[in-house]
Amino acid sequence: MFSTQNFIIYLLLCAGVTYLIRMIPLVLFRKKIENKFVLSFLYYVPYTVLSVITVPAIFYATSSYITAAIGFITAIIAALYKGSLVKVAALSCLAVLIAELIIKYL
Amino acid sequence: MKKQDFIKGFKDGMPIGIGYLAVSFAFGIFAVANGLSVAESLLISMTNLTSAGQLAAVPIIAGGGAFIELVVAQLIINLRYALMSVSLSQKLDKSVRGFERFLIAFGNTDEIFAVAMSKSQEVTSHYMYGLILSPYLGWSLGTILGAVAGDILPAIIVSALGVAIYGMFVAIVVPVIKTEKNTALCVLLAVALSCAFRYIPVLKVVPSGFVIIICAVIASAVFAVIAPITQKEGN
Repeated sequence: MFSTQNFIIYLLLCAGVTYLIRMIPLVLFRKKIENKFVLSFLYYVPYTVLSVITVPAIFYATSSYITAAIGFITAIIAALYKGSLVKVAALSCLAVLIAELIIKYL
Repeated sequence: MKKQDFIKGFKDGMPIGIGYLAVSFAFGIFAVANGLSVAESLLISMTNLTSAGQLAAVPIIAGGGAFIELVVAQLIINLRYALMSVSLSQKLDKSVRGFERFLIAFGNTDEIFAVAMSKSQEVTSHYMYGLILSPYLGWSLGTILGAVAGDILPAIIVSALGVAIYGMFVAIVVPVIKTEKNTALCVLLAVALSCAFRYIPVLKVVPSGFVIIICAVIASAVFAVIAPITQKEGN
């Protein structure tokens, strides 16, 4: 049963697990890592993580994969022209919006 | 110096904060649609500060799922942060004190992490506090707005907001792979693996949180072996 009391427990568990995952490595790894393999690995991590989260999930983020693809391509083009985080995200959303309107009223 | 670092971080964090406003707006809509109250939605955002994990948590909480289900889901989906915290631990300036790491850890989201890592120099605690501030406020405020006003917005707007978070990821990754061939190939491998896990029947059963870890670890490890970075690139 869902209740306020249960919600507090859910909240503590959810926030607790998320925080511990972030906190433990940051507190434990204090020395500078010298190993070339590990350094290279850690260098690639941000880019691989973000790409894996994005593809193919982005194609399912809107009401149709066609409009999602249009949003994705728009984001890539905007990013190639070195748009800021907000510009790229906003243009991507705008492209999806326009595409959805076109599909809806076509 | 501390003040300057903070302001610099705050400036770098502004775009993330604005982006989060849109993304958490979508979260607020989603949470209320699932039966949570506005206050509950806000509390989740203020204590978790993570998109995918929160999206997964809401149906479990609203549906009265088992506690262990919630814990395992969060563990799997958010395990990538452990990887990112190891990377970030190498980026923190010597001046960052022990207890400050406990504070910074809370704000280690995908985008905050990516921006901190993109700095040419090591980052100080005050830079990180500044960097985290507007994303945190944006994330909280967007959740309230979405939770309160979500159902009056047309579906088409909600659908368009769905790509906002991915747009931010694209903005972080694309400029780098444009100039670095090895990183581009590494990302290509990661994406190919990610698609394999989505579309190949045998691999489909793997939970998405695991998929992120597996693909990112394999691609990063392969390229760490065949294309180790030189000191210059790493800094």
